[in-house]
Amino acid sequence: MDSEKARYQQLTQEMMPRRPVLRNAIMAFVVGGLICVVGQCIQWFFMHQGMSAKEASSPTAVVLIGLGALFTGLGWYDRIVKHGGMGGTLPITGFANAMVSPAMEFRTEGLVMGVGARLFTVAGPVLVYGMTAAMVVGAVRWLITGVA
Amino acid sequence: MTFLWAFLIGGLLCVVAQLVMDWFRMTPGQVLVIFVMAGAILGGLGIYGKLVNFAGAGAAVPLPGFGYTMVEGIGQAVKQKGALGLFTGGLTAASGGIKAAVVFGLVAALIFKPKS
Repeated sequence: MDSEKARYQQLTQEMMPRRPVLRNAIMAFVVGGLICVVGQCIQWFFMHQGMSAKEASSPTAVVLIGLGALFTGLGWYDRIVKHGGMGGTLPITGFANAMVSPAMEFRTEGLVMGVGARLFTVAGPVLVYGMTAAMVVGAVRWLITGVA
Repeated sequence: MTFLWAFLIGGLLCVVAQLVMDWFRMTPGQVLVIFVMAGAILGGLGIYGKLVNFAGAGAAVPLPGFGYTMVEGIGQAVKQKGALGLFTGGLTAASGGIKAAVVFGLVAALIFKPKS
């Protein structure tokens, strides 16, 4: 039994398509870097309106998310993710893409359980674990240092 | 100069995410969850703040920046409101992004039809 299992695992390992790791990494670097430069341009624009770098980061996120949602709707962002992999997914524009893409696809299931629920297929877990982690980190830091 | 650092650091964070995904055979969703948590932890240690200071959008735009923003918000809120800040600070700081994501996301999903 055990050897059969091992043989099966070996087979699946062999059959699985090899991932072009180096090529993926280079594409992720270029695409992700470029998106961040676009973000820097937007932040720079808001800083020229008299905001500090910190104040400007919130409107920058809003604009980038808007762009990400728009490009996903137009079908352009899926191409960016296809070539850039995590370079397209990790920036905040990719977060917008991860919300819009399934919501658009499952629209036929209705406005509530189709669009409404599917918006959070990926965003849901990110918010759940992100919020929990932030709270735990904040509480631990408060306990240890006395200042949060 | 910030533009160059934004490109390099932003690109590098994406490379790390890509390598994690390829080596551990994860789905993009799993990688995003790990990175948002990593951002919160590095933010708490004061490391991510330094990265944001010198790489600007290169550190703020990738998803760990979201975790960092929430930790920073909690820090400020706890100073003013004490323990209640643990509950209000994170979302207050991230409210712009979250609200934008929900509203723009909904509008885009309603207006556009999936391609192919």
